Amino acid sequence: MTDQIETTLAGLRVPAPHGVLPNVLAATGLADRYVQRDSVVGPVYVAFGGDGVTRLDIAMSESQFESEYEEMMGRPVVKVDDVPPALVTRVDRAISEGRPGRLAVDLSSLTDFQQAVLRKTAEIPPGEVRPYGWVAREIGKPGAVRAVGTALARNPVPLIIPCHRVVRSDGQFGQYSLGDAANKPRLLREEGVDLEGLESLATRRVRYTGSDTTKIYCHPTCRHARRTMEIHQVEFKSEKAAEKAGYRACKVCRPAVAA
Amino acid sequence: MTTTTPIPDATTLTAALAEDVDRAFPALVRALQDDIYSGALRLTRDPHAAQDITQETFLRAYTALGLYPPQRIRDLSLRGWVWTIAANLCRNRARSRSRKPEAALEAAPPVADRRPGPEPEAMASIERDRLADLIGDLPWAMASAVVLRHVVDLAYEDIAEALDRPVGTVKSDVHRGLQRLRAQLEEESS
Repeated sequence: MTDQIETTLAGLRVPAPHGVLPNVLAATGLADRYVQRDSVVGPVYVAFGGDGVTRLDIAMSESQFESEYEEMMGRPVVKVDDVPPALVTRVDRAISEGRPGRLAVDLSSLTDFQQAVLRKTAEIPPGEVRPYGWVAREIGKPGAVRAVGTALARNPVPLIIPCHRVVRSDGQFGQYSLGDAANKPRLLREEGVDLEGLESLATRRVRYTGSDTTKIYCHPTCRHARRTMEIHQVEFKSEKAAEKAGYRACKVCRPAVAA
Repeated sequence: MTTTTPIPDATTLTAALAEDVDRAFPALVRALQDDIYSGALRLTRDPHAAQDITQETFLRAYTALGLYPPQRIRDLSLRGWVWTIAANLCRNRARSRSRKPEAALEAAPPVADRRPGPEPEAMASIERDRLADLIGDLPWAMASAVVLRHVVDLAYEDIAEALDRPVGTVKSDVHRGLQRLRAQLEEESS
């Protein structure tokens, strides 16, 4: 027996809001979450799981980001609006400063080598650059310059781990994985790197600058090098040339393994 | 007459859950979210509360499934079992609300369009809104039985499990609930 009232009651069935599935999967830990934030290079998606930020990419199509993420990480990712404000603050800060700071970054899906490259890169302060070879040597693999480049090109969390601060030793910027290649110089300029100055040094094949008062040589963008007055600044084309001239390597930017 | 309410691939789903809860859980949410949300919405008359209850239901289901041995999961009548959790959350909310009668009634979202033509549809929509209001005024026993039977479309055996009442009681709750709704609708239209 079906009468009018039963038909009307059946019509009271409605679809669940779209947020239910993502919220449930995120809360159970079965999916990672992502939010959209702003950056110098435009809106970005930032994804995170239980152990920290897993990925950052230019905000484009949500479905594309989600399917790429699942393919790469082996876990679904869902967009969420409400995340703890403290986390959002840390994310925004990490993006604007270009270093993880207090933000946990989860690199566990990467190889030990990739992790070492990225951790070392995260130490480069804003406004400074280092050559690929520097990263290779610092992690104890001086011959792996090319592999360092590959690892940085696959940086899952650009901006937060500042792979834009690693450049070619000939003064060219090298590749950049986040959006347009021009984003790399754009980010560096935004941080106050003197791009013209760097280019001028590179065309003269100068790799290091030193101070004739301290007899210390640095990477040109090292904060100590930048403090040197122009009349005291000397230029070197190699570590050897600097050592030969009686200069020692800066202990902060470590152009060579400092004693 | 069916003894439990089938959902598409219910056996496959319980089997999959028994095999690997994490893997199969998203399918469970997809299969039952409209059920839970619709029922919760009609029992609370509050879209936000209904969404909260829906999400909380699945979180509790997930926790429980993680503790159950596989055989127990295989034997579950999923809809009835999940509704045990949801109905409790709805009832708790109804109780706390009944102590605050001034609570605002929020507009329910538009219901699914199942009829052709603008005019019959408009009439049906008004009727549904009216009915949704009247359900909320029924005592819990009747409201829960009517909603689970006729909005959510659960079998009596599942409703009995979900509400922890004998099947006979559920049937009479549905019957009396419908009678009351009919009487009220007639009273208004006369």
